Amino acid sequence: MYTQKVMEHFKNPHNMGEIPDADGVGTVGNPVCGDLMTIYIKVKDNRLADIKFKTYGCGSAIATSSMITDLAMGKTLEEALKITRGNVADALEGLPPVKMHCSNLAADALHAAIEDYYRKQKVKQEAKQ
Amino acid sequence: MTEKRRIYFDHAAGRPVDPRVVEAMLPFMQEAYGNPSSLHTYGQEAKKTLEESRTKIAELINAEKKETILFTSSATESNNLAIKGIANRYKDRGNRILTSSVEHMSVVNPCKYMTTKGFEVVFLPVDQYGVLNLEALEKELTDKTVLVTIVYANGEIGTIEPINEISKIVHGKNAFLHVDATAACGQVTIDVKAEGIDLLTISSNDMYGPRGVGALYIKEGIRLEPQLHGGGQERGWRSGTENVAGIAGFAKAAEITKKEMKPESERLVKLRDRFIEGLTKPIPYAFLDGHPTRRLPDNVSVRYSFIEGESMLLSLDLEGVSVSSGSACAAKTLEPSHVLLAMGLMHEEAHGSLMFTLGRQNTAEDVDYVVGLMPGIVKRLRAMSPLTPKELNA
Repeated sequence: MYTQKVMEHFKNPHNMGEIPDADGVGTVGNPVCGDLMTIYIKVKDNRLADIKFKTYGCGSAIATSSMITDLAMGKTLEEALKITRGNVADALEGLPPVKMHCSNLAADALHAAIEDYYRKQKVKQEAKQ
Repeated sequence: MTEKRRIYFDHAAGRPVDPRVVEAMLPFMQEAYGNPSSLHTYGQEAKKTLEESRTKIAELINAEKKETILFTSSATESNNLAIKGIANRYKDRGNRILTSSVEHMSVVNPCKYMTTKGFEVVFLPVDQYGVLNLEALEKELTDKTVLVTIVYANGEIGTIEPINEISKIVHGKNAFLHVDATAACGQVTIDVKAEGIDLLTISSNDMYGPRGVGALYIKEGIRLEPQLHGGGQERGWRSGTENVAGIAGFAKAAEITKKEMKPESERLVKLRDRFIEGLTKPIPYAFLDGHPTRRLPDNVSVRYSFIEGESMLLSLDLEGVSVSSGSACAAKTLEPSHVLLAMGLMHEEAHGSLMFTLGRQNTAEDVDYVVGLMPGIVKRLRAMSPLTPKELNA
């Protein structure tokens, strides 16, 4: 059912864990649906210096979380915001059709983390003024 | 590198065919291939096997005579034939059908279909163990009820329903009782006469017979509206040339089951209880689904909080262990098992379910192997999950 690539990421997910002093945190999904994903980011010079994830969900939820960290690491925030769900699925050499919507949430979680970073920056800026 | 161990714990989904059964089937594919409807010698030989097979199935469930056994293509067909066949044939008695909320989809969906044909269907509630609420049955059983269809034991959670009590209540009114014994038959003794069952669904593969064969017991005197129209085989209620090889295999499987069921079930109950304890006791937030004692000997259904079933299933598969899950993520529908939800579990609890169903090939070593794997699998997935309480990851 899953590609070799999905199973590799499921077996040995990359960048699993939390970043306690993260610059941005994004959570998407809902345990009621069976998938919940949190992405933590560290930003340096407008680039993603570190990314980590925590995920509750099925095999493809875990594999997409791992894959997004690979795809986005080192990218500028603008580049990272352009990564789509489709890019993640393609990088995993495809996902079963039924999983395309429910558990392919990693791009959304990354975007939410970047938006959270922008929001926090804005608050900091305003505090300075 | 040593060869990887493979352990099969998904017998409710499919069972290997007993070698003795395979042997019993072979002659009917290449030598005795006649059509039972033919009058010549080939045909009559096949006919003889067909009728002897009927007798063996009748003996397994203590049916009054062999003619009460109708062969079908599957338990799904038997359930469809029972529900649609009775409801349509006896619709002058009423248009109400009662069933439980822990039925197999081959009962749920025919019942739902009947609501488009002018019938009203009530899905009766169960308790936290999946046992039918008998007061609800009594309350909903009106004079207009034509059929009550209840599972003997649900294959997902293993809970055995109180069929004797259900039968007494149902027969207090002018309704028929159909029982889906697909998961139960072959594991527990079923006596249609003593238990007051009017129609009973059984399946061949669940007794280590071939797939593609099922049967429906119909108590003498009860009639059906056929669902397959054709050459009038099976008393005109199920047309289509009989699958003689499959039926001969089914009969052999039933004969073996009748002889070996008691010691095998006793062996499985011991394994089952050892398995349940090993999967739940050493791991925090691990629970048994279904009834602790009123359960099928083969069924071990557990759930783990904070993690999802499909990821556990995949983790076990990577270790060579085959199981099932009631999680939405392991289903085609993206909905968790309706059976688990009916017992009052929340969606997120049902997603964490895992089902092991044991069989003749499984040993205590198999059980201990999985019991040894489970804490590591749960710990790894919990370490990944944002839902896990911090103290569990310490």
